[in-house]
Order: sequence, then structure tokens, then C-alpha cells
Amino acid sequence: MPSAVEPIPPTPTPLWRKALGNSLVRAGIILVGLLIVFALLAPVFAPYDRVAYQYPDGLNADGMPLPPSASFPLGTDGLGRDVFIRLLYGSRISLTVGVAAMLAAVAFGVVIGLYAGYYGGWVDVVLMRFTDVMMAIPALLLAMALAGLLNVGRTVAVHLPGLPKPIFEFKLERGLLGILLVIGVVSWTGIARVVRGQVLALKERAFVEAARAIGCSNTRILWRHLLPNVLPAIIVLSAMSTAGTIGLEAGLSYLGLGEPEPAPSWGTMISEGLPYFTVAPWLVLAPGFAIVLAVLGFNLLGQGLQDVLDPYHKGRT
Amino acid sequence: MTTLLEVRNLVKHFGKVRAVDDVSFTIGEGETFALVGESGCGKSTTGRCLLHLTPPTSGGIWFEGQDVSYMQGPALRQLKQRMQIVFQDPFSSLNPRYSVGRTVGEPLLIHGLCPRKDVPKRVGELLEMVGLRPEYAHRYPHEFSGGQRQRVGIARALALNPRLIVADEPVSALDVSVQAQIINLMVDLQKRLGVAYLFISHNLPVVRHIAQRTAVMYLGKIVESGPTAELFAHPRHPYTQALLSAVPVPDPTRPRNRIPLTGEVPSPRQIPSGCRFHPRCPHVREICRRIEPALEDQGGGCEAACWLLEGNEETIETSFSRDPKGSAGRSRAPLRVAAKRRLTSRLWPSSGPCRSSRRWCLASATA
Repeated sequence: MPSAVEPIPPTPTPLWRKALGNSLVRAGIILVGLLIVFALLAPVFAPYDRVAYQYPDGLNADGMPLPPSASFPLGTDGLGRDVFIRLLYGSRISLTVGVAAMLAAVAFGVVIGLYAGYYGGWVDVVLMRFTDVMMAIPALLLAMALAGLLNVGRTVAVHLPGLPKPIFEFKLERGLLGILLVIGVVSWTGIARVVRGQVLALKERAFVEAARAIGCSNTRILWRHLLPNVLPAIIVLSAMSTAGTIGLEAGLSYLGLGEPEPAPSWGTMISEGLPYFTVAPWLVLAPGFAIVLAVLGFNLLGQGLQDVLDPYHKGRT
Repeated sequence: MTTLLEVRNLVKHFGKVRAVDDVSFTIGEGETFALVGESGCGKSTTGRCLLHLTPPTSGGIWFEGQDVSYMQGPALRQLKQRMQIVFQDPFSSLNPRYSVGRTVGEPLLIHGLCPRKDVPKRVGELLEMVGLRPEYAHRYPHEFSGGQRQRVGIARALALNPRLIVADEPVSALDVSVQAQIINLMVDLQKRLGVAYLFISHNLPVVRHIAQRTAVMYLGKIVESGPTAELFAHPRHPYTQALLSAVPVPDPTRPRNRIPLTGEVPSPRQIPSGCRFHPRCPHVREICRRIEPALEDQGGGCEAACWLLEGNEETIETSFSRDPKGSAGRSRAPLRVAAKRRLTSRLWPSSGPCRSSRRWCLASATA
């Protein structure tokens, strides 16, 4: 059967190729890639038990930390531990907490944003006022309050009648899981707002009405039609919010609310190194730079992806 | 011809906006019924109400003899198998993240019309039916031109084997050359499948080509309806006459007599009293400002709602004592041709613009 004589528009460049052509994305990929490589290859450089190992020759005659040398590339800290090894294993904490907290935040933010934007009306009002309240409280302050709650040490359990064991049990304690949940809970608000905004615009497009006309349920329209169209924005937000969650993790552990000693969290390392700042600045500078580079990497990635995926958004001119 | 769809006194208000205000019509099996009018006159809203894309405020919709006005849930999904819609904008009506095959196959999956493994085959058939190659199923909307996308939209509507397709300005976003292809495709499909169309458009030449019957809407109401040929040849309502006179003629030597309308279409928030066309009507009378005329049989199968027409003359005398809507739908003896002539001269004794516009209509009807 003869088809329309109109020419088929040329296939545009695939997105990933466009993304790789963006210098911000490339810089971001390099930094984030380095972080991932370090985190994965940490055992190649040193076994895990070296993280807390206090080298007998790790302090000088005055009991002060050693400067960088051949045996200790980034020097030693106040207890004679190798800063390089601690930094290396610290990248695992940053990356795990950063990415996992981001996933929690994205999951929560996307669900709230989708439903608020699609259903509108009182659903929107309730969800968005809740978001506003969360936004109004500074993230670090809220995270501190919640992290403080973790110190209680009680066990929270959800029992169902008739079942001998609780279906859900969670011990309130300082640890990786606790801290990433805390960070996740305080960082979903921006995501919810952006997703809601996108859904508000998308749901007016005719394809949503077409989906309704062929008999799609609201749930199907939300998850099968709208979500894939919000995905580019979600990818950008994920990269950017990972930068935020890594920073927040460093901040919390700096304040002593992160994973407890001797876990080598970068924030903890900074706070431990501060008393020695005048005699051993590498104790603060090394983890400080690590945090800056990790946050910068995810931010560049996010910014670059935004430029690629949303050509109308001109962040920089 | 059996009646497929009957709409009675359909009303749709958005708050104070009276988008559709008491519209009634019927569509027969395999028939094309056109709704024409300016932007914002409620023709699209009427189509969307039929499919419950916006719930009607009041009124009755009967489809295949069944009252579907207040359908919900599974019954409504069943209804959507038999009534489908093609949208105006082929660029926004396809999900940009769905391949064409997925778009066309989705209705089949949702309604479980064929087993999952047979879906690609059926999608291929549907694409072929609308003049696209089955291999295109793997492509995405941005790889297609406007006309091809509209074909995809038609294939999606056909997937459920509907008896009625609401075509909401299906060609107004397309190039003129492509418009003809899509219209011919729709006519073809109608011949093969016997599907009926509610053809919503402001493009009068296209309507004249495709529709068997036409209704003209103004500010949420049908002001005139009838067989397309008769309506285009002898427009009764002053609004229809003005509308027809505005159609561009592709012949610069042919004399054109446009009936220019003054003013703007009033806001559907504040619909004028009496006849809603009276502020712009060149023949306005006192009664037009006070009482709304009802649709009256004007002969030739046409109905029009205007106080100037003879069918309404006697109503003028009696309407003060009864609701003008009460006389709606009452059949009257068709007028004889001579009577029609007399009517014309009586209504517009100054003749001028009207008679010449009629001449144009006749000329173009025979052209």
C-alpha cells in the first residue's frame, strides 16, 4: 500500500551521544567515575582493617601526626592512622549514603510530585503544603533533629495482629541505614516540586487525553505515560540531589551525628583533624577536597545533563 | 438508516462559562455528521463530552440505543471500545516516549482484545490500514511528519473497532496537501469499516466534502442543521450565511460578496439575552433581543433557529405566552419552493448582500 509521500524527518542524534558532547557532563563523569573507582578499588590499596589500625610508627617523637611521605601518601592523623586509607574507604561511605539517600529522596519526591500534579485539587493542596513545611525547615537542622532521634537506641517494630513476629523491625541507632534514611527524608522536597510542575504541564497534552479515551486507568496514565516523560528531569535531579546528600552526610558526620567511630566518614575526619589544623593541615584539607570534588562532580553532571535534556533552559549565557 | 448516537439537550458548563448549552443531534450508522463553528463555540467540548473526557453537566447521550450519559467504571471502558476519538494536534496527541507500535497496541492490551503475542501482528495490520508500513511500528513519533502522525492517531482509534469516531479537527493542524490525504483515508476507512464520524471542524470546504449532514454551532448552541448539500446551498440562518460567505474562493475573478459581521463573538461567560447571535446579526429585530428562538423545521431536512424565518413567524405571536423551547423539535410541513422565494424577499427586501451571497453559494455548489 502506498504510504504518505511526506519525507520522514531525519533521526536526531541519540541523547547519550549529545550528553557526551557536553563538556560539563564529561567533567562530571570523570569526577564521579574517579569516586566510584576509588570506592570499588579501595581493597586493592589496603585491607579494610587498616582503616582503624594505629601504626606504631604513625606519630613522631612529640606524638604529633606525620606529614605526607612515601609510606603515608597523605600523612597520618592524631592517632597514627593512615589518612589515605581512611580517605579511600571514606569514599565508600559517601557514595553509598549519597546514592542510597538520593534514591530514597527521588522515590518519595516522585510519588508525591506525580500524585499532587496529576490529581490537583485538595490532594495537591495537602501534599504541597506538607512539602512547603518540610522545605521551610533548614535541611541540616531537620536532619540533626532526626539523627538525634536515632541515638535513643530503641527498636521500632510494626506488629500485625495474629502474626508472632513483627513484619517490620528497625532499631533506632546511629549507622549507615539510619543516616541515609534521615538524609532521604529531608531531601525529597525539591524533587517533588519539580516533578509536580512537569506533570502539571504534561497532563494538558493531548496524549494524556488520548490515553484516557482508549480506557487507561489513572494509575496507568501516571506510571506508564507521565513518568517516562518526567524521567529526563528526574535524572537531572538525581545527579544534583546526590551532590546534596553527599554534602549533608559530610555535614552530619562532621557534627558527630553520622556513622560512629572508627568509620572513616569524610566529615568525621575533618572534625577530628581540626585541633591539628595549624600543625597538620592535611588532616582537614584531604577530606575537604574529597568532599568538594565529589559534590562538584555530581553537580557538573546534573548541570550538564540539564543543558542537554532541556534545551530551553539556558542556565548559563 | 439506524440511529447510532443520539444526543439530547447536552449541557456543559465550566463554572460560569456555558461552553455547550442545550445541544441535540443524532448520528446514523456509518454516517458522517459535521459540527462546524468558530473557535470556542463548544464544538470540541461536545465531542469530548460524548466520550466522557469531560463529564457533561446535564443532558442525555444514547449510544446504540443504550443510555450512556452517566456511565462509569467498567461500563465506561466498554463504551470506549465502541466510541473513539482522533485529536487535532498530531504532535501532542502521541506520547513522545512510546513507539508507534506501542501507541497503537496499547488499546488492544488494555481491553484484552487479542493475546499479547498477537499484538504486533494486529498493529501491523492497523498501520497498513492507515497507509503506513508495518515496519514503522518500532519508530518514535518524532521520526514522523504531521500527516503520518495523524495516521498513527487514526490507527490507535481504529484498534478497538469502534462504531463511532469523534474526529476533533483532525486535519486543521496539517498542510493542505496532507489534509486531502487524511480526509480521503477517513472516507476510505468509512467505506471499508462502516464507522460513523462526528466530524468537528471549522474548515467548511472539508466538511462539505466529507459530511452527509452538518450542524452549525454558535456560542454553545446549534443554530442550523441539515443535509450538507442543502445547508451549503441554501443557508437559512444569518450566521450560517455569514460563515459561508467567509470561505475563501480560489478564483480571483469570481465575484465575492462577504457578509462582514461586526464585533467579536461574545464571551460564553456572558451570553447575550434572547438570540445569542443578535448583537452581531445584520437583520436583528426587537424580538431577537428578548426571546431565544428554537430550532424549527425549514424544509429540505434543515432546521434553523431564527426569528426571521417563516417557520418561526407564528411562534413570534405565541411565544410570549409559552416557553420558546417548548416548540423545539415539532415537525412542520416542508415549505414549498415558491414559499421559500417569498420568504426570502419578505425577510430581506433590500436583498443586496444576502441575495448575492446566496448566488455565490449556489454557484459554488454546482461548481
